[in-house]
Amino acid sequence: MTDETAGLTLSARDLWRKYDHFVAVHEVNLQLKRGEVLGLLGPNGAGKSTTLRMLTGNLAPSHGSIAICGIDLLEKPREAKSHLGFLPEIPPLYLDMTVDEYLLFAARLHQVNKKSIKAALHDVKQRCGLEHHGGDLLGTLSKGYQQRAGIAQAIVHHPDVIILDEPTVGLDPNQMREIRELIRELSTDSSVILSTHILSEVENVCDRIQLMHKGSVVFDQTVADLHRQGRNLEMVFTQLTQ
Amino acid sequence: MIATIIRKELHMLFISPLAWLLLALIQAVSAWVFLVRLDAFLEIQPQLLQIANPPGITEVIVSPVFMIAAVLLLMITPLLSMRLLAEERRDHTLTLLMSAPVSIADIVLGKFLSLVLFFSAVIVLVVMLCFSLRTGGALDYGLLLSNTLGLFLLVACFSALGLYVSSLTAQPVIAAAGSLGVLLGLWLIDLANDATAGWLHYFSLLKHFGYFNQGLIDTFSIAYFILFTVTFLVLTIRRLDGERLHG
Repeated sequence: MTDETAGLTLSARDLWRKYDHFVAVHEVNLQLKRGEVLGLLGPNGAGKSTTLRMLTGNLAPSHGSIAICGIDLLEKPREAKSHLGFLPEIPPLYLDMTVDEYLLFAARLHQVNKKSIKAALHDVKQRCGLEHHGGDLLGTLSKGYQQRAGIAQAIVHHPDVIILDEPTVGLDPNQMREIRELIRELSTDSSVILSTHILSEVENVCDRIQLMHKGSVVFDQTVADLHRQGRNLEMVFTQLTQ
Repeated sequence: MIATIIRKELHMLFISPLAWLLLALIQAVSAWVFLVRLDAFLEIQPQLLQIANPPGITEVIVSPVFMIAAVLLLMITPLLSMRLLAEERRDHTLTLLMSAPVSIADIVLGKFLSLVLFFSAVIVLVVMLCFSLRTGGALDYGLLLSNTLGLFLLVACFSALGLYVSSLTAQPVIAAAGSLGVLLGLWLIDLANDATAGWLHYFSLLKHFGYFNQGLIDTFSIAYFILFTVTFLVLTIRRLDGERLHG
């Protein structure tokens, strides 16, 4: 492995996805360094969710390759997926389970070491502000706490790549701030992909921005560069997607 | 990994009242049939003594109880199998399993085995019911074993089929109706066929179970049950994998 690829936690090359004759995603290249937060933007239907589903192994690409921590996702899906944490747009919650039961299942599913499972649960509940809700049924929790449980599920096994699809939807401003702080904290030892529609959130949290439109990436720049050029993200978004 | 899935499925099953209700129902009905047959046996016992080589308690009581248990399980399987994949899809939790480091085969096998384990508990209850006859006579263990084996293979078939139908839809109720329809169809298929002349009755699950019920362990029936189970498990895996490939 060369030095250039050693720091990459996720690398997707030339991703294509066709549904019959409709091309949902084409020529998407994505590279993520350790400790980097990537903001994935785009209007609805731009192919963001399709891309994220491909990166998490829920959908096979029609063409292209995906490597997570250097492991090919299509050739060795199990090894590759163990480095991955995913919160889909709709949190995958078993509403009949309590928070503790759910996180325990998520930890076992992601092969967290038996001895460290208890510590991992305690740690993740603290990080996501769920300490006092361990015994509550997921179905009875408010939207904000359900979202937290969804995030907790994605990070319980300390994955190298964390993919969050609109994690702050339906949260109040205080909860949004907490989630942003959590994402910042997570990015110290993992890489994060954040898909969202809230532009201010991207400017606050992300290091780099990729903008998707009609199935391909039309803009890829670091937030620092954007600020240096004095460009406004909202202007860029409107220009490129209209 | 399969163990994690089995554990979760059984946990989900037993935190809902449905599993307990069904266990109670099966036990009540089989105990009722058991007592009715016991009553009948006691009534005809003096006449039985007069014929040479009379049928024993196992034939008169145990076999009919197992037959009723088989029909009951046919009715109940769709209620338990419907949620296995359809509910995961409806609640969007299938994504959690698909993005986790488990193979699709592990998911399908785990779900299948959890259902078979639950039904094994039902079978154990029925066997224990029959064992209570030991207080008043001797049991024909061969016949009991053949019935137990047959019922076990039969529920494996029911479970595999129910799981496959559940993988086809996102609506648990439709999955239940679908698998009940197919299971009833496979039961009644030999009625459409006159006697043993045709070949159609080979597909009837309960016809094959009938041989086990009479104490006949036929390799053809065993092979059919195993083939049936494996076929539907493979179809389920292919179905889930196809979703990943074709979207």
